[in-house]
Amino acid sequence: MTVNDDILRVEAVSVHFSGRRGVRIKAVDEVSFAVKRGSTFGLVGESGCGKSTTGSAVLMLQRPNAGKVIFDGVDLGTLGDRALRSMRRRIQMVYQDAAASLNPRLSVGDIISEALTIHGLYRGASRGGRIRRLMDMVGLPSRLANRYPNELSGGQAQRVAISRALAVEPELIVCDEPVSALDVSIQAQIVNLLQDLQRDLGLTYIFVSHDLSIVRHISDKIAVMYLGKIVELAEKEQLYRRPMHPYTRALLSAVPVPDPHLERKRERIILSGDLPDPANPPSGCRFTSRCPLAVPSCGESEPAFSAAEAGHWVRCPITSPSTREAAELVGHAARSLQ
Amino acid sequence: MSLLRVLNLQTHFDTEQGVVRAVDGVTFDVAEGEILGLVGESGSGKSVTALSIMRLVQGRIRADEITFDGMDLLRLDEAAVREIRGAKIGMIFQDPMRSLNPVLTIGRQLTEVLRRHQKMDGAAARRRAVELLDMVGLAMPEKRLSAYPHQLSGGMRQRVMIAIALSCHPKLLIADEATTALDVTIQAQIVELVKQLARDLGTAVIWISHDLGLVAGMCDRVNVMYAGRIVETGSVDELFYRPSHGYTLGLIGSSPRVDGEGGDRLVSIEGMPPDMIEPITLCPFLPRCRVTVADCQRTMPPSRHLGGGHYASCVADLTSHWSGDRA
Repeated sequence: MTVNDDILRVEAVSVHFSGRRGVRIKAVDEVSFAVKRGSTFGLVGESGCGKSTTGSAVLMLQRPNAGKVIFDGVDLGTLGDRALRSMRRRIQMVYQDAAASLNPRLSVGDIISEALTIHGLYRGASRGGRIRRLMDMVGLPSRLANRYPNELSGGQAQRVAISRALAVEPELIVCDEPVSALDVSIQAQIVNLLQDLQRDLGLTYIFVSHDLSIVRHISDKIAVMYLGKIVELAEKEQLYRRPMHPYTRALLSAVPVPDPHLERKRERIILSGDLPDPANPPSGCRFTSRCPLAVPSCGESEPAFSAAEAGHWVRCPITSPSTREAAELVGHAARSLQ
Repeated sequence: MSLLRVLNLQTHFDTEQGVVRAVDGVTFDVAEGEILGLVGESGSGKSVTALSIMRLVQGRIRADEITFDGMDLLRLDEAAVREIRGAKIGMIFQDPMRSLNPVLTIGRQLTEVLRRHQKMDGAAARRRAVELLDMVGLAMPEKRLSAYPHQLSGGMRQRVMIAIALSCHPKLLIADEATTALDVTIQAQIVELVKQLARDLGTAVIWISHDLGLVAGMCDRVNVMYAGRIVETGSVDELFYRPSHGYTLGLIGSSPRVDGEGGDRLVSIEGMPPDMIEPITLCPFLPRCRVTVADCQRTMPPSRHLGGGHYASCVADLTSHWSGDRA
């Protein structure tokens, strides 16, 4: 892979928030990853892990306190507001709560039109046709152009949000839990739509989600986050077939599979306790307080992020499960034994 | 001997647009100690079914029969139903923050139930409250008694709700999307807890969920609901390995799997569910179904018996779509 293949590089980005009594919360702590053009990069983890904040930092909606976001060779942190705004034509965002992200006073057609106006695209007579074409691309019948967001179903609202994002012909779309609020059947429609659009338009996605099943389905490469840190990063098959970090393994083992026999056979790693207070994370490895494999030295220093195999990065020095042991977590071995 | 029997339940709501038939002729039983899943998408009537049994909805509730533990719930007055709620039937909802009183401590809310339904005195109720919090896996239970709901995490609040629901040894626990708002590692803790309670205390559970994976792992039997009806019912194995209604098949195809089975493309269900106001004369799933046959256009499909406890209201033959039982 040459460097030019990467449309986006996130280098040691940190985002800090001030909590109560001036406590600094490191919501994102030195996160680094690269996203290949035309691919889908999954950012996965539980609430408070920093995945959404990382997504906002990519668009500079949340300016990082440290680190660099380099999009197509340009360091976005060095851009002024004006330059950044024109750069945002190339990077768009789609949110979980589509209805709330749409202006309730504008009709569907006007919502899409507004995006074109902001970036000075398709002025005049070509505008109407462009709007119809965009609606068609996301499977919205043109009769919905005069409807308002409150008249739309959740799936339709998400399609409008996607068509608005597509209006400005972006190269990268950050999708933050885009299907989490939708019913399973509608979820599948939107996932399929995102995949079709990627294939047809050569889009790159950053797909932020807590849902490990959907992330596996849609992503090429995945980073697992815990309390502001990436704990594991690998190609999809590596990560799901050979999860290395104890947190990734617990996470994968906790996801139910719609297959009763498999469910009866699976060994679950049940983590004890809750997520620690992000304002006061454990010292050393942040997962120590819940880690079933923790030894005293884990609390002493932050483990390095090192390659366990080519392209597979893990922030844990003590884990090296056998391939079979790891595979059993998601039921692979249970199946191959049959 | 069934603990709960519901026969032809209909719950209708009057709205400006017309009558919404949220539940339209639902029949099922729950046996003692059984975990029954209720699955379907939003608006399918799964929550309204559970709430109607408890008389917790403001709609017109009618049924040919609702019996629970030998009692005819349709003939009981409001005060008697209130006694059953909480004492014999416990409920947990998706959002514990809305069910817990924000200005009362956890201890106060737990002991109030014990004093009211179990007639315990203050000291006994307090001792029992600590026991219950310990049983649901809350660390430092004595200390938690003086905490307010907002001081606890989502998982801890849901444990408190379960402790309250179990405080009077209910025979039936109704859990409505009880883990949907929780992180997956916390969900796994709660699911283990509920399974263990059903096993150890013989509590029957109605587990309402949109997550087929959860249902596969924890339920004995499943009712699949669509447009206010049960369109298929059976054991988990029958349902997952021999789905016999177009909607059940669609739900399974729509669900991505963490083990990567199921291929590169999800088989989505196109379109949207019906609005429930227009009268339904044919199969309600027909406009979205991908396995229709000529008979689908003629009449409402009757419930077909497929052996054992397996019934489906579908006339199409789906056997060629079965992925089969892999074990």
